[in-house]
Amino acid sequence: MIETALIVETVVKAIIALAVIAGMAGFATFIERKVLAFMQRRLGPMHVGPYGLLQLAADGIKLFTKEDIIPQNVVKPIFMIAPVIAAASAFVAIAAVPYFPEFTVFGYTIHPIISDINVGLLFIMGAASVGMYAPLLAGLSSHNKWSLLGGARAVIQLLSFEVVSGLSILGPVMMIGSLSLINMNDYQIGGVANWLIWKQPLAFVLFAIAGFAETNRTPFDLIEFEAEIVSGYATEYSGMRWGLFFIGEYANMITISVLVSIIFLGGYNDIWIIPGAIAMLIKVSLWIFLFLWVRAAWPHVRPDQLMWVCWKVLMPLALINVLITGIVLV
Amino acid sequence: MQKVNKLQPFFENLVFERDDNTMIVNFGPQHPSAHGQLRLILELDGEMVTKATPDVGYLHRGMEKMAENMIYNEFLPTTDRMDYIAASSNNYGFALAVETLIGLEVPRRAKTIRMMLLELNRIVSHLFWLATHALDVGAMTIFLYAFREREYAMDLIEEYCGARLTHSSVRIGGVPLDLPENWITNLSKFLDKMPANLADYEGLLDKNRIWKMRLEEVGKITPEMAQTWGCSGPMLRGSGIAWDIRKEEPYELYDEVEFDVPVSDTLDSYGRYKLHMEEMRQSVKIIRQVIPMYYKSEPQIMAHAPKYISAPKEQIMTQNYSLMEHFVLVAQGMRPPVGEVYVATESPKGELGFYINSQGGAYPYRLKLRAPSFWHTSILQELLPGHYLADVVTIIGNSNIVFGEIDR
Repeated sequence: MIETALIVETVVKAIIALAVIAGMAGFATFIERKVLAFMQRRLGPMHVGPYGLLQLAADGIKLFTKEDIIPQNVVKPIFMIAPVIAAASAFVAIAAVPYFPEFTVFGYTIHPIISDINVGLLFIMGAASVGMYAPLLAGLSSHNKWSLLGGARAVIQLLSFEVVSGLSILGPVMMIGSLSLINMNDYQIGGVANWLIWKQPLAFVLFAIAGFAETNRTPFDLIEFEAEIVSGYATEYSGMRWGLFFIGEYANMITISVLVSIIFLGGYNDIWIIPGAIAMLIKVSLWIFLFLWVRAAWPHVRPDQLMWVCWKVLMPLALINVLITGIVLV
Repeated sequence: MQKVNKLQPFFENLVFERDDNTMIVNFGPQHPSAHGQLRLILELDGEMVTKATPDVGYLHRGMEKMAENMIYNEFLPTTDRMDYIAASSNNYGFALAVETLIGLEVPRRAKTIRMMLLELNRIVSHLFWLATHALDVGAMTIFLYAFREREYAMDLIEEYCGARLTHSSVRIGGVPLDLPENWITNLSKFLDKMPANLADYEGLLDKNRIWKMRLEEVGKITPEMAQTWGCSGPMLRGSGIAWDIRKEEPYELYDEVEFDVPVSDTLDSYGRYKLHMEEMRQSVKIIRQVIPMYYKSEPQIMAHAPKYISAPKEQIMTQNYSLMEHFVLVAQGMRPPVGEVYVATESPKGELGFYINSQGGAYPYRLKLRAPSFWHTSILQELLPGHYLADVVTIIGNSNIVFGEIDR
């Protein structure tokens, strides 16, 4: 009986998380357009609904009703499955992410995490890095030279920054001694002073930079930078298949924002009089705003400069951070 | 010997399918940053360019041939469609060439108005350059910032001649209209705001580390290279050669105003970026000096030469002989004396030259355009190899090529 209840609860939570994150990912595109517009002295979407709020629905309808074009000469099964990998891996990763503190409804305690596995962080990083196959396979199967270049860029970029994000997060993991995100959150109970960002500032900066690169945001969005490689791996895609790449990218952005908030910024613990759930929302929103702000302010780097930053600057720093953490702990 | 085939481009053994590690890509003509209709055939080794072949002609309209079948005044609006970013400078180049052919002295008021328009066009063109160049490198906000100021400058031009893109604001022998009321006031307002706006752009870009990383040491043009490939304008001055036709062979009133010719010794894209910013400041300075000259000048705006130029409207309406002359000039066109002339002006992009060969008829016997962008496109084949694909975009954006005047 208890097992059935658990299965039902998990399925319900999974559906809710999927719906909410997908909705948020869609909403993030709207917010992105609005924030960028206000930073650039224009209005952004204004015509569909009040303040363009229904633009989101309009975009969705457009993407769904567009013809699903599969060009000649592509490797059909791979071409069709690649966008699914992008979205699926992004959503699988959120399974081990706790969003809010647990709460009780009608005497029934709910943990807002789909599955509290003890290697949560490892699971998230693993699932997210499966997402790398999406641009790679899309680029290779598209029978287009720009797609090929985009796919190649995707692999070097994501693979390299996987190393940096993994190493940078080792410091906090060593201090806490657990890979579960709930333990990480509980480690920081007791106000702003207990946040891990003060103890691991270098790891925080490195993880943030790697987050920008892994979610393919400016200044590291070389994978599909229009001016250089047209649309990168997504050049030949249209309609909802293209939309799936997009949803995956924004879901990843939300996941990274949540991860940073939980690992470094005190998670969903209460701050002063602000309840944990709202504190969490504020942190994630601020982080997403930062993503957009950077996009408005900075140009892009070149792929070779990106590699230089990754292997010659960030990775040694991450190793030093691990070393220092080890020495301090011992 | 390769056989010329109309359906296949006659390029040196272009094979798109290759067995080695290189890859040939068609950069354009349908590419987001091909700046119009540039087709660049790139041979890539990974992302490194090993060979670049620019291919032009996708926007060819046969303007030089069109000119041979038009009377001189008819051809003037066609020149708008060359460098459509700064249309007045093309109008002016053509008008000056015809005036030199005839030997016409333009009234001083027309000269001041022309100079204001030319320098406004330079600002508009440079702002457009900055916007698209920044967008190519990825700095998206600058694009919209620069476009706003460009809009103000275009409003001024629209107020004067009624058009925003294809101005036709200059006539052979002068300018069509005197300045409208309050125009100078609006212009002064614009000039007052401009330095602060430029400081804004520079605040976002000058010390921006990524911007510097992307531009410094990229697209280095040595002075020898620049001279060999026939560069002019900012591309030449970016190589450390102080050559500005406004200084070397002054036309209009450029010898009466005081301005500097900025030069960059770093030879790279960043130097040329700084140069463009400085040139906008110099343009502001020039217009400021021209405004008092305008007020001191006589109100005549068209040259008096009944054989070539129609009399003012009032005179046509009141005097029979002027009406007859006007009719002949419109129906048959002016007939400049036999001779040939090459006149170069400093357009925002470089040396814009018009060669006209007249046999004494109403149509030019031959008209040849020297468009600066054409030469700046040809240098790409020596400039690009050794750069990354990402730099190709930077260099194309930096060289400020406009396809209207390359293919004309």
